[in-house]
Amino acid sequence: MVDSKKGWKAWLYLAPAIVLLLIFTVWPIINTVRIAFLEGYQPMEAIKGVQYNIGIGNFSDVIAYPKFLDVLKNTLLLTVLTVPISCFLALIIAVFLNSIVKFSKLFQTIYFLPYVTNSIAIGMVFSMMFNIVGHSSVNVAEYTGSLTIYNQFVNDAGQTMGYTAQSWGYINSMLIALGLNPINWINAGSSYTANMAVMVIYIVWNALPFKILILLGGLQSVNKQYYDAAKIDGASRGRVFWRITVPLLSPMIAYVVITGFIGGFKEYSSIVGVFGDTMGPAGSAGKLNTMVGFIYDAMSGNRYGRASAAALILFAIIMAVTLVNLYVSKKRVHY
Amino acid sequence: MKVKLEKLTKRFPTRGNKNEEVIAVNEFDFEIPDGKLIGLLGPSGCGKSTTLFMLSGLQKPTSGKIFFGDDDVTGLAPEKRGVGLVFQNYALYPHMTVKQNIMFPLQNMHLPKQEIIRRTEEVAQLVQIDELLDRKPSELSGGQQQRVAIARALVKQPRVLLLDEPLSNLDARLRLQTREEIRRIQRETKVTTIFVTHDQEEAMSISDLIVVMKKGVIQQIDEPQKVYDNPVNLFVSKFLGTPPINVFKGKIEDNTLYIGEDKIMKFKADDQEVFVGIRPEGFIVSPKGGLHCQLKNIEVMGRDSSIVSTHPSADSPIIRSIIDSDLKVQPDENGVVTFDVRKNKIFVFKAEGENERIYAEDGGKE
Repeated sequence: MVDSKKGWKAWLYLAPAIVLLLIFTVWPIINTVRIAFLEGYQPMEAIKGVQYNIGIGNFSDVIAYPKFLDVLKNTLLLTVLTVPISCFLALIIAVFLNSIVKFSKLFQTIYFLPYVTNSIAIGMVFSMMFNIVGHSSVNVAEYTGSLTIYNQFVNDAGQTMGYTAQSWGYINSMLIALGLNPINWINAGSSYTANMAVMVIYIVWNALPFKILILLGGLQSVNKQYYDAAKIDGASRGRVFWRITVPLLSPMIAYVVITGFIGGFKEYSSIVGVFGDTMGPAGSAGKLNTMVGFIYDAMSGNRYGRASAAALILFAIIMAVTLVNLYVSKKRVHY
Repeated sequence: MKVKLEKLTKRFPTRGNKNEEVIAVNEFDFEIPDGKLIGLLGPSGCGKSTTLFMLSGLQKPTSGKIFFGDDDVTGLAPEKRGVGLVFQNYALYPHMTVKQNIMFPLQNMHLPKQEIIRRTEEVAQLVQIDELLDRKPSELSGGQQQRVAIARALVKQPRVLLLDEPLSNLDARLRLQTREEIRRIQRETKVTTIFVTHDQEEAMSISDLIVVMKKGVIQQIDEPQKVYDNPVNLFVSKFLGTPPINVFKGKIEDNTLYIGEDKIMKFKADDQEVFVGIRPEGFIVSPKGGLHCQLKNIEVMGRDSSIVSTHPSADSPIIRSIIDSDLKVQPDENGVVTFDVRKNKIFVFKAEGENERIYAEDGGKE
């Protein structure tokens, strides 16, 4: 036990961290809860000492807000789609990385690259790749499909001098090369499904490295003897995977799933990366807005009460989902 | 199932130097009769576990062949060999209950459900764990885990049962109990069983045959008592027996065996430097004897007494001899005790090379 006379020393050493946490974490949390329940809160007025009534007006304001349901739908859809896909892919890749001997370090590095790259930068690359126009070696001068874009060259007298076909974004180039029709993924007039598909691909890809890292670490700490025992017991590869690997890895899988859900509900910067801060294709701003985006919008519109209430709603959703996750993992995870 | 090894060899590349190789197992040639319990015995690094893993199929031999009965199983995968293997630390699947652990090999064989349940219950009774079927391995004691591991290995009715250091993770009391248990189970199932151990007492006490190994080379294969009574070289004589054999530097001159200047007995062989091994129970306190030792102390252990003494030609700091505790030991005024030796407890080995046994040319008769 620590000598109680030396207790002040412990507090002294802890002080820097505690002070910072109190200022930048604990107080903002408390303040968020406080503001969320103040009716018609305005920060500039609050400084002048205006008192507000306590109530749930901010919450009803959030729920009544026309775009709130869209925002909620976007957030839920992105989470529900990306978390299972990314967890499953990460598991497969981790098992693959764990089983190869040659080039395993090289592959680990490749799969880890997205983790060390800025997500806005990756988003911009994705927006190029999924653009209608971009750079490609595929010459589409002959292509007569509905989405072909021509640059028209006009001389000073207004006569058309000729056309050059612009090439497609990388993904559309590949679709054309495969004999498929190009898709308007993210440009003006693109469909919600196409937008979502791009976001799911982007988020899954971006979420993989961390999950692979955790699962690979877990796999490497599994005693090899279980696999030897399973070999002696005559288990097929599929059975080894489902009956040995997955259960032994279940604590890590649970961790990856739970943090995946939490991260999914907080999705924001990936959409900014691909669509810019309008959170949607040109001409339909906010089409792919998420809960966090909604909170930012409210903040920047000085609607602190609405932002705080939305933050608490998001917190409640994450809390509920995490509790469900923990409940399920208690039954399914073998520690 | 008879098991036969033919020139079985395993070489490993040395760590850091791929051109150099370590020979873990060197041209093993032996045959294990059907239904016997065999102990592979040797110090660590002698290749006994490697041999076991080659038998199981988890390691591929560099050369040589393995036969189960008349089947060449050398190229077969572990699951096709029909072996049961009990790992040193049991390797029970921690997330499965005892029952699920035992059922796992049967489920992989796609047997009908009722057959699986019947066999699981049967083997659980055999190793006496029927009370524990619904527990997880972490809720079992070491001895219970050991039984579950044996049950899991036996449930598929293997042709050969392999045990890797089966008792090394158990405490002393449990070890005695468990080795009897292994013996009983082996007798009841009559499955050819091969186990690996570095503990000579363990190997001696339950094996039908022991294989003494050193640095990848078989030293001696025989019944435990015969190996003890008739070791072929110094290594084998030193490896078997507690307390260990006492080794002296000696010589043969004029068909007489000497330890230092002490004349021990007639021994018809060429003149040469030798090592002499005398089992602790090979000493007789007798004023007429030839071996003069300086008495250090006497440890009385109930039935026996252990005389601790020294001799200038001894290979070890002390000599330990065991005599009946009824006998009085009376050293002379200089503290010297004089011993005679039992001729069947004294072994003479060459001083060079592999220290092979030297047998008296007349068979020890005077």
